[in-house]
Parts: sequence; structure tokens; C-alpha cells
Amino acid sequence: MALFSNSRFKIAGISACVPKLVEYNRDYKWVSEKERNDLIKRVGVEEKRVAEKGTTTADLCFVAAEKLISDLSWKKDEIQLLIFVSQSRDYILPASACILQDRLGLSKSSIAFDVSMGCSGYTYGLSIISNFVANCGVKKALLLVGDVSTMTSYRDKTTYPLFGQAGTATALEFDENASDTFFNLQTDGSGHKAIMIPAGGMRNFPTKKMFEYKKFGKGIIRNDLHVALDGYAVFDFSLREVVPNIKELMEYSSRTLEEIDFFVFHQANLLINETIRKKLKLPAEKVPMSLKKYGNTSSATIPLTIVSELREEVSSKKLNLLLSGFGVGLSWGSTIIEIENICCPPVIEY
Amino acid sequence: MDIHDFIKKIEGEFEEITPGIITPKSKFRDVLDWSSVNALTVIALVDCEYDVILTADDFLKSETIEDIFSIIQSKS
Repeated sequence: MALFSNSRFKIAGISACVPKLVEYNRDYKWVSEKERNDLIKRVGVEEKRVAEKGTTTADLCFVAAEKLISDLSWKKDEIQLLIFVSQSRDYILPASACILQDRLGLSKSSIAFDVSMGCSGYTYGLSIISNFVANCGVKKALLLVGDVSTMTSYRDKTTYPLFGQAGTATALEFDENASDTFFNLQTDGSGHKAIMIPAGGMRNFPTKKMFEYKKFGKGIIRNDLHVALDGYAVFDFSLREVVPNIKELMEYSSRTLEEIDFFVFHQANLLINETIRKKLKLPAEKVPMSLKKYGNTSSATIPLTIVSELREEVSSKKLNLLLSGFGVGLSWGSTIIEIENICCPPVIEY
Repeated sequence: MDIHDFIKKIEGEFEEITPGIITPKSKFRDVLDWSSVNALTVIALVDCEYDVILTADDFLKSETIEDIFSIIQSKS
């Protein structure tokens, strides 16, 4: 069942937190000046945020969540569910959601668990948490989503200049009268090697050898504990799958492209995002981008783009948004959601 | 679908290329200063303009602009 809808919940607010430290790709000395310029022009990332050693995704999400809870004037003991979506958890075990439940001071009767998803994580996370709120008696819930891509190698030009770091919080609450939200979620695990950290898990448990750097091509040196990205495979997947997924969702929801106020896409890279936009024949002003400022922040790209690019609109209007995340897994999913006057503080620096 | 039109589209995408330099027989790796980023740029251009998705294999078995254009024709 890829296509489904949910109602009886609404988004009350979204916040985002990024590290203070800015890295500029014009200073990325690992590649030549020409390559740097090509990367900035085609990939679309001018600068990104990099966390200091020891700062984790959970830390960024914690700051985002505290701000949102405070701005919403929510009482912490009313929050009954916390879902943490990330592929950079604090520990192999326990789940970071459990630690965050304690750090945030949520009740012991709250539900807290992790979901290991990347680029598609926001839409997947929304689908899970909205089910709890709409159907399981949960009145207030927090979806914490983000990644800290410290697993990239500086000497890998295919990953290092692309990925940035961010943590976000989305607050959801029960609403009997909320409009339907529509989802189209899909998976193709045959492409799991397209974006992968091959070692460090149970399949290839860490050994000393896995820290040894190897050359995989010109400008691509990394070890088995770093992210490996097959650019051609990711590109091929994104161009083949995302547009049909969105069109299928539009048809299922009986919405037209014109009825959507903004299309918030995962910030994969400029080439992919522009191709998708052009194939859907969308005007650029309806497709906000945060890639230039923050890079690809994995699962955080969609909420971060909403906060950084659409803050005024989402804080003051009723809007129909189409959200689409796609990448590691391979996994992809789109959501059509109505939001109105949500709490949306400016991007927080930590 | 015309190869000269295809060349014009490539010239439009890669502003650093002097118009008129590329011919059907040009080796694309030479004229486009081939890199993975430029390869992805060509894939994006071809998908937008012809609704055809080129693969890494398509480039591997091609040498000239004409070779790539033939693949686009065969896939469209």
C-alpha cells in the first residue's frame, strides 16, 4: 500500500537548528579551482554548516525541540510521543529517542523510538507519527529529524562538498477537523549500494582495517566507515522515480499542480532538483531551495527549507504543500499536506 | 530530432564552450572537459529536453557527440 491518506492531525509548528560553523565550498582545497567552481555551479552548494566534534544530530534536534515547545507554550507532560528519524544516532544502542525523552523532560508514559531513514525520512516520519496522532489517541507529538554527516571523508569530492548538518523538530497535534494528508511511499532495496556506509554495522563489524583509506577514483579517497555515493545511480534513480511518484500522488489526492502553493523537495543537488522541477513544469518561485546555504542535510532538508525559505508564509497563511524526499535506501516518498499559521521560529544556530 | 539542435543545447548549457567548436564527430570527453559533474549535467539536459535518461554505460560505449545522439534517438 504505497498510497494512503490520514486526517485528524495537524502540524502545530516546525523549527530547525544548524551548527554555527560555516564551511564555504570556495575554500574546498581538495579539488582544483575549476572543479570547485563547477561543483558550486552544478551541485548548487555554496556553503554548509558543520558541527563541532562531539555535537550530534540529537543535540541539534534537542535545541530545535526546546525552542518549539517553548514557543508553542506546550506543557512537556502533554507530549505523548517522540520519534527520532536519523541515520546518525548517538549510539548503536540505545535509541537516541529514549535519551531525548529524558533530556527533554517528557513523561515516562510517553512513547519514544528511532526510525533509521535518510533523504526520505521526513515524509516517512510524518506518515508514522500522523497515524499515532490520528488513530491511537496521542494528542501531542514530536517528530525530530536530522543528520550530522560526519561520516564523509574530506578527501572524497563526491560527498564532502555536498552534505551539511541540521536537526529539526516538528510538532503535531490531534485535530478532529483537519484536512486529509496524502502519502505515496516507495522502496527499492536493489539500489541499496547507491548510498552506503559499507562497514560499522553488524554485517561488517568495525575492525582496524576498515579505517584504512583507499582510492576509488580521482579525488575520491575514503575508508569503509565513510559514506560512499554512486552519483550515476542516485541520479538515475531520482530522475526515474520521483516525478512518477508525485504524479501518482496528485492523481490519488485529486489535486492539481496549480492547487499546490509550494513544492518542498529534498535538497539532493541542484542538477537533480532542477530537472525534477522542469519535468513537472513548475515555476521556480513555487519550489523553494535551501541547498545553496545549507547543502544536502539528508532527512532535515524538507523541514529546514520550510523554516529557512517559507517561514513568513507558513506562519501567516493557509497553504497546500507537496513534500518529496528521495535517496538512500533506495527510498522515496511524497506527501500533500495543508498547513495554516504554524509556529515557525527562525533557523537557530547552535 | 536533429543533431545540430542537440549541439546547440549543449552549447547553451556549457557557457564556456565557444559556439561552433562542437561538431557531430567531436569527442565529447575532449570538448566538454569531461568530469562526473559534467556527465551528470548532460544527463540532466537530455532528460529535460528529450525525456531520455542516459546511463554511465551509455557514456562508456560512446566516443563522439554523434554516438550519444544515436543513443538518445534509440531510447526515445
